[in-house]
Amino acid sequence: MTASGQEKSAGSGEAGHCGRDVRSDLHVAIEARDGGGLEITMQSRVAPYYGESILAHARQVLEVLSIKHARVEIRDEGALPFVISARIETAARRAGLGLGRKASPERIPLPEPSPRERLRRSRLYLPGSEPKYFINAALHEPDAVILDLEDSVHHAEKDAARILVRNTLRAVDFGKCERMVRINQLPMGLEDLAEIVPESPDLVLLPKAELPQQVAEIDRMIGELKGRYGITRPIWLMPILESALSIENASAIAQASKNVVALTIGLEDYTADLGVAKTPEGRESLYARSRLVNIAGAFGMQAIDSVFGDVADVEGLRRWAESSRALGFEGMGCIHPGQIPVIHAAFAPSQAEIEKATKIVAAFEEAQQRGLGVVSLGSKMIDSPVVQRAQKLVELAKRMGTA
Amino acid sequence: MTDRAELVQNAAGRMVPTMVNGKPQIPYLGVAKYQPRGRKAATPVRSSKDYPDNGDKRVPDLETALRQCGLRDGMVISNHHHLRDGDRVALMMLEAAAKLGVKDLLWFPSASFPSQKAAIELMQSGVIHHIEGSMNGPLGDYCTQGKMRGLGVLRSHGGRWQAIQDGEVHIDIAVIAAPTADAFGNAEGSHGKSACGSLGFALADSTYADRVIVVTDNLVPFPCIPWQIQGNNVDHVVEVDSIGDPAKIVSGTTQITRSPDRLRVAEYVARFLRDTGIMRNGFSFQAGAGGIALAFVDYLRRMMKEDGVKARFVRGGSTRYLVEMLQAGLTDYILDGQTFDLDAVKSIASDPRHVPTSPFTSYNYHGKGSFASMVDAVVLGATEVDLNFNGNVVTHSDGRLLHGIGGWQNCLQAGCTILAVPSFRDRIPVIVDEVTTLTGPGELIDVVVTERGIAINPRRQDLLDAVKDSSLPIRPIQEIKAEVERICGGRPVRPKLGERPVAVVKWVDGTVLDTVWQVG
Repeated sequence: MTASGQEKSAGSGEAGHCGRDVRSDLHVAIEARDGGGLEITMQSRVAPYYGESILAHARQVLEVLSIKHARVEIRDEGALPFVISARIETAARRAGLGLGRKASPERIPLPEPSPRERLRRSRLYLPGSEPKYFINAALHEPDAVILDLEDSVHHAEKDAARILVRNTLRAVDFGKCERMVRINQLPMGLEDLAEIVPESPDLVLLPKAELPQQVAEIDRMIGELKGRYGITRPIWLMPILESALSIENASAIAQASKNVVALTIGLEDYTADLGVAKTPEGRESLYARSRLVNIAGAFGMQAIDSVFGDVADVEGLRRWAESSRALGFEGMGCIHPGQIPVIHAAFAPSQAEIEKATKIVAAFEEAQQRGLGVVSLGSKMIDSPVVQRAQKLVELAKRMGTA
Repeated sequence: MTDRAELVQNAAGRMVPTMVNGKPQIPYLGVAKYQPRGRKAATPVRSSKDYPDNGDKRVPDLETALRQCGLRDGMVISNHHHLRDGDRVALMMLEAAAKLGVKDLLWFPSASFPSQKAAIELMQSGVIHHIEGSMNGPLGDYCTQGKMRGLGVLRSHGGRWQAIQDGEVHIDIAVIAAPTADAFGNAEGSHGKSACGSLGFALADSTYADRVIVVTDNLVPFPCIPWQIQGNNVDHVVEVDSIGDPAKIVSGTTQITRSPDRLRVAEYVARFLRDTGIMRNGFSFQAGAGGIALAFVDYLRRMMKEDGVKARFVRGGSTRYLVEMLQAGLTDYILDGQTFDLDAVKSIASDPRHVPTSPFTSYNYHGKGSFASMVDAVVLGATEVDLNFNGNVVTHSDGRLLHGIGGWQNCLQAGCTILAVPSFRDRIPVIVDEVTTLTGPGELIDVVVTERGIAINPRRQDLLDAVKDSSLPIRPIQEIKAEVERICGGRPVRPKLGERPVAVVKWVDGTVLDTVWQVG
């Protein structure tokens, strides 16, 4: 059963999912009434263990939402508390109740702010309306998780996902992962921002960015919200370039805000826009991807590749990721946790590269100590860009734990 | 009537009845504390003069066979469960008994399955008095709701052999479904349209029952080669059209779990075996056919290949994954207790390195040793595990019967016993203060592997030392429990169990380990 269901009279709303195959979610139906207080009915597959707790939680959320008279029907499939809050709040809003109020769960301590140049090899997409994937996502150790409000969320569920993602940012421990949110395109993206920016995501992904003005507008909105909520830590931007025009405008998009830390590309939409087939070799997008790498390099930001869509094809993913690194990308997206180790291995420098770079860095440091202007290794003279690249690689290898 | 016997506290602190179905019981005394005495049970002496010289023991149907075996009220009749949910013979037998008008039978299957739920009507009509053997699904609910006349008795595979051998349960008539048999009664399970692999669970029945009936849908001329059931123990052979539904006897293909969290558990288990050095040349392991166990085998075989390690033997629950290991030269032998999928059935039928075993060789605690204690590592599941590493496999956390013990208790004898479990299921934490039903004592459970970390039993300092330098997330069990309770929104309420026993859990030595209480 889904939230859509049959039509309800005014003053009633429902949200969430229930049924045999649903896990970690619940379905809530709220019907406003003029008096008689709250009448809550509950069915739950965990009723013997958490039945009382679910009822108490529901009452508390309804109180926060200032709902005094309503019939509330809960069918729970083992949802965690932050999901219960989100679904009740969504059902209430859909019923026109509790407007202007939020039933946010208690906030766990925020992780350290995310550095501009942190590792972004892998980012795991989590559909914003599927709470069962959230809680263990960080265990798989991607560099980032993306709570997605855009393509993976059905149009009718945008409001629900927004509230769920807001609660998730407050209540779920994502460990060392960078907490990213992919918002919707403008203007809907602005509603997303209003809900999620107060919870300090580390980075916002802007889908289908085509014009620098879009990036600037989003950046301005984030700045305004940060000011309103007293947030001083950075919220970085990663525009997703998904059309021929966006690739042409990549340079302007990169420069549209100082908060842009990376450019990425969405190959499904890009190839559709060009009217070409998307192939496992990716020749059709070589120009776009190379241009993106070059522009990112020009403005000192990271170039991040698209996702590899075939979860079962581990070998294909490895080949793609290795060629992606060779082109100059620093990471790519994941649609399944199983892709993470493959991507991390592909984006890691090889042992031979690390050894060579370590030698170059050592030679440079020795030359420095001896006051020599010229760095040499064996019979070869080493240019300063080579030293810089070697230093960067050794640093990267250290962060990846491979050196 | 259920026994109104008194309850006593056993060595595990559990309240258990002193009488079960009219028989006095020994409460659990601790691991390896009970010393059995006396002699094994035996069947009456028979004479060849009473059996046809031409070896043809066929009778027209099961009803005739049961009548000729002297079936009467109150007898113990048994089946094996190698045909799993596809079995047709057990119900055929029970319905034939009903037709003969007998009452109050004790049905003693090695396990019951949901497809046998018609047994409920036979209990209501009085044909069956009660069931001793694992019960789940509708039969489990019937028992847990206190509707069965006698107490359920849950035994491990090894414990069932022990109970038969020690004379605790005397089988009057055993009815053995055989995928292939000859008219003399020699039988085996690896060939024929209803092939299921090993018939090991039926060996005790064929050896110790007063009367033995073989039922087959693939009668071959004498001799049936190879035979696992010896015709010399068999009274009658019955030919039928079908002993079971092949689609439910074996899975076409067994599936590795696709859940990333469970894959993570499986990978941790494999890495644990590698990092502790348990995975070394000549080692052995056992893993079942559950999603996590299969994934574990998949990870382990890759690591074995990388490190050039070969096992001497692996124990199944055999599946495609073990068969592939055998074929890839990663193990010398498969010692097979049950055969789960088509590839495994094909392998056991054709590869002499894939050997059928029985609960006698593998699990019986009242023998001169068993294979179980010679296995280096075993990977098992559990519904609950507590802070003292005690495990529960037989009930849900709410006390309802969930599944049988299977070989689970017997496997705890392995060198390293690992429970591979998700840290919570549907918001219900798996690590609890105290298990609802004690199925395995914590002193035999060494490691609990979850997706959030690995807890090693403090009794196993050797294992703690072995992983000191490992990158695995080794954590105290209390810490994992606290984290999961935080995620789940607090500690779950402990469901209130009834005050009336509906079943008992036997330990491998026949003593009573715990009681299952009436629920709902």
